[in-house]
Amino acid sequence: MGALLAADTLHGPKVDWFALTPLIILLGGAMVLLLVAALTPAWPKRAYALFTVAVGSAAAVMSFILWDRINHQGAKTLVGDAMWLDKPGVWIAITVCIGVVMAALLTDDYLRREGIDGPELYVLYLLAALGAIVMASANDLIVLFLGLEILSLALYVMAASHRKRADSQESGLKYFILGGFSSAFLLYGIALIYGSSGSTNLGKIESYFRLNPILDHSKETLALAGVALLIVGLAFKVAAVPFHFWSPDVYEGAPTPVTAFMASVGKAAAFAAMLRVLLQGLPHWAQDYRPAIWTIAVLTLVGGSVMAVVQTNVKRMLAFSSISHAGYLLVGVEAAAHNAGNGLSSTGVSSVLMYLLVYTVLVGGTFAVVTAVGRTGDGATDLAGFRGLGRSKPALALGMTVLLLAQAGVPLTSGFVAKFGVIGDAVRVHSYAIAIIAMVSAVIAAFLYLRIMISMWIAEPEAGDDAREAVRVPALLCVAITLSVGFTLAIGFFPDWLIHAAP
Amino acid sequence: MIEFPILTMLVLVPVIGSVLVALISKRYPDLVKVTALVTSVLTAGMSIWLLAAFKTNNADFQFASQHEWIKAWGISWHLGVDGISIFLVVLTGVLFPLVIVGIDPHHDHKRYLSWMLLLEAGVMGSFISLDLFLFFVFFEIVLVPMYFLIGGWGYDNRVYAATKFFLFTMIGSAFMLVGIIATAVLAKADNGHVTFDLIKIAENASFAASTGRWLFFAFAIAFAVKVPLFPLHTWLPDAHTQAPTGGSVILAGVLLKMGTYGLLRFGVFLFPEAAVWARPLFLTLAVAGIIWGAIAATMQTDLKRLVAYSSVAHLGFIVLGTFALTATAITGGVMQMVNHGISTGALFILVGMIYDRRHTREISKLRGLQKVAPIFAAVFTVVMLSSIGVPGLNGFVGEFMVLIGSFGTARWWVVVATTGVILAALYLLWAYQRVFHGEPDEDNKSFAELKWKEGMLLLPFIGLIVFCGLYPKPMIDRIQPSVDKLLQHVSQHSDFKVPAPAEPVISNGGEG
Repeated sequence: MGALLAADTLHGPKVDWFALTPLIILLGGAMVLLLVAALTPAWPKRAYALFTVAVGSAAAVMSFILWDRINHQGAKTLVGDAMWLDKPGVWIAITVCIGVVMAALLTDDYLRREGIDGPELYVLYLLAALGAIVMASANDLIVLFLGLEILSLALYVMAASHRKRADSQESGLKYFILGGFSSAFLLYGIALIYGSSGSTNLGKIESYFRLNPILDHSKETLALAGVALLIVGLAFKVAAVPFHFWSPDVYEGAPTPVTAFMASVGKAAAFAAMLRVLLQGLPHWAQDYRPAIWTIAVLTLVGGSVMAVVQTNVKRMLAFSSISHAGYLLVGVEAAAHNAGNGLSSTGVSSVLMYLLVYTVLVGGTFAVVTAVGRTGDGATDLAGFRGLGRSKPALALGMTVLLLAQAGVPLTSGFVAKFGVIGDAVRVHSYAIAIIAMVSAVIAAFLYLRIMISMWIAEPEAGDDAREAVRVPALLCVAITLSVGFTLAIGFFPDWLIHAAP
Repeated sequence: MIEFPILTMLVLVPVIGSVLVALISKRYPDLVKVTALVTSVLTAGMSIWLLAAFKTNNADFQFASQHEWIKAWGISWHLGVDGISIFLVVLTGVLFPLVIVGIDPHHDHKRYLSWMLLLEAGVMGSFISLDLFLFFVFFEIVLVPMYFLIGGWGYDNRVYAATKFFLFTMIGSAFMLVGIIATAVLAKADNGHVTFDLIKIAENASFAASTGRWLFFAFAIAFAVKVPLFPLHTWLPDAHTQAPTGGSVILAGVLLKMGTYGLLRFGVFLFPEAAVWARPLFLTLAVAGIIWGAIAATMQTDLKRLVAYSSVAHLGFIVLGTFALTATAITGGVMQMVNHGISTGALFILVGMIYDRRHTREISKLRGLQKVAPIFAAVFTVVMLSSIGVPGLNGFVGEFMVLIGSFGTARWWVVVATTGVILAALYLLWAYQRVFHGEPDEDNKSFAELKWKEGMLLLPFIGLIVFCGLYPKPMIDRIQPSVDKLLQHVSQHSDFKVPAPAEPVISNGGEG
């Protein structure tokens, strides 16, 4: 009762609404789509997708404007110290918007092909993006958790959204249960950190541990347990080994465009959150968590690539490849942990952020091809489905080849630039062992991309191949693939501006 | 006036050709072939012009051009040739048009030619890059076209061979990439800023001995796989045997040289102290490769595999020469790179012709070809003798210079390696005897004689084999100054005393 009575003296924080415009646009777009589409008859072909693309682009444009503002006025916190308006946050916001645009381009024809057209999935994309940006800009563990839940709940529903495929339902359920599990870990970690430091605000946590370097035994135990649980929770979200078990099944079962969204936006947000928590909140504990990150990174790199080798379903392969990419990103995080005291300006952060942007575009394009090859029913995603693509659709196969080579980290593609960035930072902080392990596991992972290429270009046609449904590449899908391949090559040849831009 | 960027064009022209070939519609197969031919001949012309304009007795990098590429990381588009690389550039330039015009891939010409030209650009780039990052880019990009060439146009077991080739080489590069970054980062202290420039690092950086050795090994692993040095050679016989003839010619002719060239340029030049320190190991591996390659070649039943193993042995000589660290030996090694490219390339072409006629490469199924195809047999004999290293032909010059040059600094290794020369005669002559001598049986009676077109393809090879064998002086004059400079660099940066060059041997080497 006391709190209620005191309500008239409680002042809300001053809100810089302009700094929140990307979020407002995404929320507004989602609401409009949800309400208007519910009240009006089915929109004309492609309208839902194009609307989503427009909303995503508008949010991206606003993010660019904010970027410019940070250039002039510097970074600051928003909404009573709960969120950051800084370059890493805006960078991730742009990345997320790109992810939304790519996903929307992929989804359009897919839904009509599968006979489940409607606005719901687009609404969920926009809401998930909102959550992802909140998560990436959070300066408070509670806000971070809020963002994470907005993102995750949307993702659970999306994964299960293909009503006609049992696999999709299974995928959604699995993701929901394991995701809930990991959220619990994270929340427990937040509670323990709060217990030891007395705050959920990252800045306050950081200063508490800095000003009280010698903690009593119980508080230290509490804090260390909290750090461990936070890492476990976030490692679940990025699908790092050994917390990756959900990802192959979920990736395989979810509708292909949703898989693309999950792999790009989900990962970007989770890594941004990880950087914030570890570097902005808990740099004091860097010496303690760095070995853990190192171990997880190595397990993820090696596990992701080795397990990918034995798969026969391309979506599963790409799930494992996505795990090994997470390993690379963790190499960057490990490098950053070497000089965690610098917060988000540590060596390694900018290459992680660049990697996330590059990977988002790359994965969007790759899954666009998988969407096309999946054919009606979204089932033909095993290697056999790709057989003979080089003959029937040479341009599509060539695009896929470029994207796969980029994922393998072959020079003159964006993937190489991204890998070079994180490996370079690992070497810079003298983490030679992890750099070599990462490169060697890239070779193992290359085998998986080679297998897909063999299917497309080299494998002999088999009886029944001609009876398969022809692969169609509708306009928007074509746009997505072209953009993605173009970006991949452009960054591969001229990476300078992106490296300069990365915060 | 802006100088014509000849080296940049050497890379760009094949790339443009490759893109054009890929874009031209399949309905105009002739246009595809003409485009590929024109671009590759243009590249060859430029490389020959380069040789003509190359200043003899000049040890520096010539035609150098440098442009900023990725400024944020200190990476530049830095190209240049010196005596060590010039002949490899020319060899690349000349070999590709011959392969493109002379060897028929049998299907899918368009894609084949497109990959071929891309491969040419990559190989060319690796030989002229003077920036570590740029070199890595070319070194690595070469894998992609070669992978597709083996996988798409090879023989029965091609997928396995192509994958093995790709992964083996890539694992070597994995270490090299870390090494490259570490080199640039550690050299920052001496350069003042992060740069990947080969010359700046080589001249300014002073790595602690232990650091330099680690870095050297990171590079050396990549090159040892590429060469391939015993015991990392197992990918080579598979790749060679399964690759289409054109692919084998390029693989043996220039691709393997990226390894030996790399050892010189990015091993010895960049880390002299470490290279001197690692000499015994590399000399031993080189000699082991010579002997092992020769023994394995003797045991082969497949003619193409035999040639592949002979490559392992021949490249052992080049590595031996490289790590002997005398002017004569290294010069001989560089010449041997070119000579091996010519003679083994020609051998692969001949084996390819045998396969096209008989659809087998099994030595036991071939017999008495000399009777039915005497001209073919004569050409084979010349090429084979060049590969054995018979005086008067090109193979002799390089091998002899390597052996004589190494004798002073690596005596006992040379003693063992010399037996490799005898073994080479053994396996090649024995194979020749089985394939060409005797009475042809039913299957071999219809073996067709050398055709005009095939003769024209082989003529340049024979010409070069004889010319380089009889008159190697122009080559030596261009190679040696750069080698001397390299050795001077080595003695400045390590405690290795390079012995004075044995002049008489060089001036008489060819006629012997």
